[in-house]
Amino acid sequence: MRVRGHPVLGEPPRGREVTIYLDGRPLSAREGEPVAAALFASGIRIAHYTGSGEPRGPFCMIGRCTECRMLLEGRGMVLTCLTPVEEGMRLRTPGGGKA
Amino acid sequence: MNLHEESRPLVVVGAGPAGLCAAMEAAGAGLPPLVLDEGSQGGGQLVKQIHRFFGSREHGAGKRGFEIAVELVSGCLEGGAEIRLGHRVLGFFRDGRLLVDGGEGVFLLRPGATILATGAVERSFPFPGWTLPGVMGAGAAQTLVNLHGVLPGKRALMVGAGNVGLIVAYQLLQAGMEVAGVIEVSRRVGGYLVHAERLRREGVPLFLRHRVVAAEGGKEVESVLVEDMETGALKRFLVDTLCLAVGMAPQAELAAMRGCRLVHVPELGGFLPWHDREMRTDHPGVYVAGDLAGVEEASVAMDEGRLAGLAAARDAGVLDPGKAAARMREIGARLELLRGGPFGEPRRRAKERLCSLPGSARGREDGDRVRRKGRLKKR
Repeated sequence: MRVRGHPVLGEPPRGREVTIYLDGRPLSAREGEPVAAALFASGIRIAHYTGSGEPRGPFCMIGRCTECRMLLEGRGMVLTCLTPVEEGMRLRTPGGGKA
Repeated sequence: MNLHEESRPLVVVGAGPAGLCAAMEAAGAGLPPLVLDEGSQGGGQLVKQIHRFFGSREHGAGKRGFEIAVELVSGCLEGGAEIRLGHRVLGFFRDGRLLVDGGEGVFLLRPGATILATGAVERSFPFPGWTLPGVMGAGAAQTLVNLHGVLPGKRALMVGAGNVGLIVAYQLLQAGMEVAGVIEVSRRVGGYLVHAERLRREGVPLFLRHRVVAAEGGKEVESVLVEDMETGALKRFLVDTLCLAVGMAPQAELAAMRGCRLVHVPELGGFLPWHDREMRTDHPGVYVAGDLAGVEEASVAMDEGRLAGLAAARDAGVLDPGKAAARMREIGARLELLRGGPFGEPRRRAKERLCSLPGSARGREDGDRVRRKGRLKKR
């Protein structure tokens, strides 16, 4: 979910609406926002599964905890909290069965 | 391997309030800095602070954090500093060189002097379910709502009634989330009462002497089990988000890699590089400032940054020692004020203890003893 009509910030400036793909599924995102934020906006909080199959999601949002890591086609494993959204980027949930 | 290498008179690691103020001060004194930060915006954690700051004019009182961030960045650039964002410092070698990942490959920097202003990282603690998606640092939730305009979930429970927990709980409400409550293990609110009062007015209950037993859910947080520590009674909160505001730890990795002596100071967040009152570590040419030098507030970070910038410029021989001393006295007096009052006093005493440990060879032995004992000896 996105914040609407914030009492202090109003309507935050957002980038152009683009489409990204998560495990092949199209999602709406805003250009330039961190991938992790775009996923939260779509209600997706699982970034990857551990070797033993436990789900993990973003914990720190500033590039330290590495829990938000996902596979970005053409780039390999990335920290989604620091990776800006680009039109058409294809992400995969490592350990999610489709990776 | 032959890596590209650049020489710089001064490199500042971290473009938060401490790093930017250090850079501005050094630039003003004639030592042009290169500032590196792994984020995509300068200002560090100020960029997500939407409440108005207390303090004095020098600390941007009355302004909101993100406004101060913009001012600091433009002040740096106007002063002649170069800021490179999206640059992550991976290593700080014993020979003084830095290994930097600029996104399109790594390179080396050979700084004349280095100011580390790497900040702090949120602490966590283990409990069943602590790795479930939906459990996150309070600062992470704050980053999501205030910086990215995205909600981490629908309904949150906050752990910790210090300033971070209270402020972020209120900001989650402002952003449109429900907040089921704030729980706190101690008997009293740790943060300013003005923040607690705001939450009470919004009908958010505060549960003192309560602790998290478990975060529950199949693949994400669906509920949180909490225990009343007085009666042993259990409560279950139906929330999808559990925010932890249980303190910060200095990010001392780079300082440790360089070989700087680390000291454990519980009041300031744990292990941090030893430094003197001018923010000099035990390694000549290596300075620290901000939360890395002890977790305090942004206002303190700004002034410590200024001290580090002045010390670096003076030690490099570009700033007259008399001028540096005068300006440092002025800043030192402000820091005393910032550390006054019941919240600042323990930090002021801890800093005093830390700075008075000698930085000489004998001091280094002291440091080793301190490290073995695991905490700074009380005087």
